[in-house]
Amino acid sequence: MDGSIMAPDIMKSGAEAVLRALKAQGVDVIFGYPGGAVLPLYDALFQQNAIRHILVRHEQAAVHAAEGYARSTGKVGVVLVTSGPGATNAVTGLVDALMDSIPIVCLSGQVPTHLIGNDAFQEADTTGITRPATKHNYLVKKSSDLARVVHEAFQVARTGRPGPVLIDLPKDILINPAPYCDPSTEPHRSYRPRTEPDPARIDAAIALLKRSERPIVYAGGGIINAGPEASKLLLEFVRLTGFPCTTTLMGLGAYPASDPQFLGMLGMHGTFEANLAMHGADVMLNLGARFDDRVTGRLNAFSPGSKKIHADIDPSSINKSVVVDVAIIGDAAAILRALITAWRADEVRQNREPLAKWWQQIDFWRSKNSMRFTQPRDPGSIIKPQYAIERLYKATRGQAKETYITTEVGQHQMWAAQHFKFDKPNRWMTSGGLGTMGYGLPAAMGVQVAHPDALVIDIAGEASILMNIQEMGTLAQYRLPVKIFILNNRYMGMVRQWQELLHGSRYSESYSEALPDFVKLAESFHGVGLRAEKIEDLDRVIAEMIAVDRPVIADICVDQLENVFPMIPSGAAHNEMLLGPEHKNEEGGYTGKSVTDEGLVLV
Amino acid sequence: MPDTDPTQRSATISVLVENEAGVLARVIGLFSGRGYNIDSLTVAPVERDPDSTHSKSRITVVTSGTAMVIEQIKAQLDRLVPVYRVSDLSAEGPHLSRELALIKVIGTGTARQEALRLADAFRARVIDASTESFIFELTGATDKLDAFLDLMRPLGLAEVSRTGVAAIARGTRTI
Ligand SMILES: Cc1ncc(C[n+]2csc(CCOP(=O)(O)OP(=O)(O)O)c2C)c(N)n1
Ligand SMILES: [Mg+2]
Repeated sequence: MDGSIMAPDIMKSGAEAVLRALKAQGVDVIFGYPGGAVLPLYDALFQQNAIRHILVRHEQAAVHAAEGYARSTGKVGVVLVTSGPGATNAVTGLVDALMDSIPIVCLSGQVPTHLIGNDAFQEADTTGITRPATKHNYLVKKSSDLARVVHEAFQVARTGRPGPVLIDLPKDILINPAPYCDPSTEPHRSYRPRTEPDPARIDAAIALLKRSERPIVYAGGGIINAGPEASKLLLEFVRLTGFPCTTTLMGLGAYPASDPQFLGMLGMHGTFEANLAMHGADVMLNLGARFDDRVTGRLNAFSPGSKKIHADIDPSSINKSVVVDVAIIGDAAAILRALITAWRADEVRQNREPLAKWWQQIDFWRSKNSMRFTQPRDPGSIIKPQYAIERLYKATRGQAKETYITTEVGQHQMWAAQHFKFDKPNRWMTSGGLGTMGYGLPAAMGVQVAHPDALVIDIAGEASILMNIQEMGTLAQYRLPVKIFILNNRYMGMVRQWQELLHGSRYSESYSEALPDFVKLAESFHGVGLRAEKIEDLDRVIAEMIAVDRPVIADICVDQLENVFPMIPSGAAHNEMLLGPEHKNEEGGYTGKSVTDEGLVLV
Repeated sequence: MPDTDPTQRSATISVLVENEAGVLARVIGLFSGRGYNIDSLTVAPVERDPDSTHSKSRITVVTSGTAMVIEQIKAQLDRLVPVYRVSDLSAEGPHLSRELALIKVIGTGTARQEALRLADAFRARVIDASTESFIFELTGATDKLDAFLDLMRPLGLAEVSRTGVAAIARGTRTI
């Protein structure tokens, strides 16, 4: 070990050793909430200026904020919570980060080592509880392990498939003196993720791709995680090959939405052309996506005729739900670089004729304009939620600031994904895997901390926003001018939509009863409240929201009964898509071929 | 395509892990959390580093599932941070599996004599005896132990303690 070569610095307290390690890891901000077990760390924070602490109002929000910070910067997000309830409150955020592969290091306080296991005040078995909620976790029982564990946690969080790592820190470990050591230059003993792809697999992939007639590139969040370079390489590869490209919800921004080779998002609420192209493809190249059930629909009908190439950094993603023909393990940027080189080096000429025919077919599907909606234009008309997003998008295009979008979970999230266009990676933050209502506001907070001059907007639902509304206080305290754009349909719209489609329009407990006055609510939290009730209010409210340099809640009253289309019902195949309300049957339901009994049990 | 071949097979998987707190919980939690079967599980330290700050344990899991599930189990185990190596012994060539059982049989008269005779045939050792009981120690493959226990049942089988399977590849191959 390095420590044996040079006598390590002994720090006055474990807390100081932790902070020194954080600084060495390049940490400049922590999202946290104090409590008894972490007081030594708060004391050490008080006595320095290098690391900024953002005091959230709930520990779940600290993790989401760190996620927003991480996803918008590519850095590791850092969280600090106390023992017991502090740690348990953080669990939802940790699982969220785990599902979406977001690098987080969460420091949690713990009762002193001699009290562990005694049901001490605010004791929880935090490493036990968070074992399935993290990529890895540690309980530090010896001061001599402290600095090494902190450095290792960052390495584990950031490398391979990124994810949350928790370090449980007993109070005595934080108080007692502890040696400090710099990050080890040696590779980890047992953890060695593979990043460079196997050249033979690259060649096998190129052989399939060169001879393809109906190819499709299906890119996911792995491209974003691999850094902006991976997105550039993706564009280069797609341009080079002339292939159509679709992305997952998590992959939005990995490929420029304005590019003609982009088919839009695929999956349950994806475009007609993306889903049908997946269904009809003869060769599919999956780059950093995981064949999620929201994407595949019914597995035995998923892209039935295609040879599948799956590139992923995580070997356990391969053949998990979909059996593939060529698996490539590695970092998405490294894989794309290798694919580009191999494509160029390969002697076989690509036959562009079938590809041109494929594009004709795709253009036909595209001409259905599956994202269309009808917005009545007479004054006094009710705002369609899709229209609100479209106008918001247009308005953000017309100003100089970089725009970052976060969302809550529900219909508004899908409309945002469908109608807001992202040309760059790291601009779109959403809870994809876990689908956590209450994610968007704290995530936006974290984004705004990382990008103080940017325009950061949480596209929200009126139900979701209430799940972490207390963070309005944090926005006020740190003067974070986050904009909350509520598509207020007075329903848990996504729940209502499923009840309409699958449960005979019995709207059980999905009405948003007794809502607060969001304008007054914003004001009471020292922000600005705006409301748009009719179509003629919309552009003005959006313009004002963007112009104000303070936190804003814009309460956009939208059509209460609008549904998200197109839709592949659970358990249906990609070519069994519902394009719009015209697919309703006589009884007003959407039953029949599209929703099977097996589909009903799926979520 | 989802799981193309639905045939279930049994797999003996050896996992070399860092011997540290919580590592067994990670492995077991992975199996329960993802709904995989555990038919048998053994764990013990097997290697100590010269610097003696680290040691390795070997976990042997006998599980069952379709080929796709077993491939998943291996991949999921392999991505745990303290895991060094994962080897599916049952898929990677010939291997040996053994377990040990301590078996208490209580009885008198002919049943007792018959138990002793059968134990001898199975090469079980008598490691404790009283006028009314024997404790046998038996080592072998799982099916041999199962067969012996079936025979002991009508002869006064009272209690069993089994170690679970330890397994290793034949020949020069190592994990
Ligand atoms: C924490 C949590 N609880 C429950 C759900 C289930 N759920 C998904 S969408 C939704 C309704 C969201 O309503 P709202 O925020 O108003 O968004 P809308 O669908 O109306 O746009 C619910 C309850 C969830 N995703 N997360
Ligand atoms: Mg709503």
